[in-house]
Amino acid sequence: MSQQSPLVRTYTLVFVALLMLAALTTGIAYIDLGPFNTIVALAIAFIKMCLVGLFFMELLYTHGLTRIVVLAGFFWLALMVSFTLADAFSRSWISPPGP
Amino acid sequence: MSESAAGNPLAAPPVHRASPALRHQFEELQQQYDASNFGMWVFLATEIMFFGGLFTAYIIYRSMYYSGFVAGSHGLEGGFGAAMTFILLASSFTMVMSVHAAREGKRAMLIVLLLLTIFLGIAFLGIKFTEYGHKWHEQMVPGLNFNPSVEELRGAPASAVELFMCFYFFMTGLHALHMIIGIGLLSVMTILAWRGKIRRDNYDRIEVSGLYWHFVDIIWIYLFPLLYLIGGRYK
Repeated sequence: MSQQSPLVRTYTLVFVALLMLAALTTGIAYIDLGPFNTIVALAIAFIKMCLVGLFFMELLYTHGLTRIVVLAGFFWLALMVSFTLADAFSRSWISPPGP
Repeated sequence: MSESAAGNPLAAPPVHRASPALRHQFEELQQQYDASNFGMWVFLATEIMFFGGLFTAYIIYRSMYYSGFVAGSHGLEGGFGAAMTFILLASSFTMVMSVHAAREGKRAMLIVLLLLTIFLGIAFLGIKFTEYGHKWHEQMVPGLNFNPSVEELRGAPASAVELFMCFYFFMTGLHALHMIIGIGLLSVMTILAWRGKIRRDNYDRIEVSGLYWHFVDIIWIYLFPLLYLIGGRYK
């Protein structure tokens, strides 16, 4: 890398940030935060996903069509998760008439 | 799409219209590049749903059998999980650098970086299968060899721990399968680069392989906290 491209610098910074976040998520798991352990771990995972998606998968630079595909993927995932959870957790609300 | 290409650092390099890389169904290279990129993203959107089914089931059963999931998670070796996370992040970095090398037309660097990415992928799988071996010796493999000791159950019902181990093996197994496919894909790309078939006007195949590799990395980014770090590891 004699002639440094600005992209190489960006990629390296993102990589360092990802390593630090991975170390952070491992370290925090050994501290008792109660229910926040899971929330913090998932928040860090979300930040890592955004870093990989925006910079390594170049969503920051691509055009709107690609972003719509990504959002559509997550939209269908949200539909599947929310409808399935709504079913699973509301089943006990009513008891079917027994024999 | 020309206006989006203007000022875009990732725009395909200007080449002659008569480039041998331009397939006849496309008008120009930028269009061909956009089409292959878009195609891979549509595939990845279906992959979100593919893994999403397992994640949805995981959410429901984790809430129903939380004690078993905590016990199973604490039975996993956190060091393995963290090591695999670092290795996979490093492989994503070498992958994005190889896409960059391909874009710049640096063949030797492309080959070295692709080989490095493959090596890191194999290292990941090596740790993964070592961990599977440990689980087999601990008799924690549901259906085939499940006979956990009392301390491994940590007071949780054996069936709940077994359910967690089912999720562990299916989720990491499906992820490992994607890693194996990714390593195969990158091996093909390395051979193509070795033969000088990757040029600045057709590097989109490296780019698209990279998208797949990063997607598999993102799945692991979620699997690590969801499988290894349930309820924290401070106990």
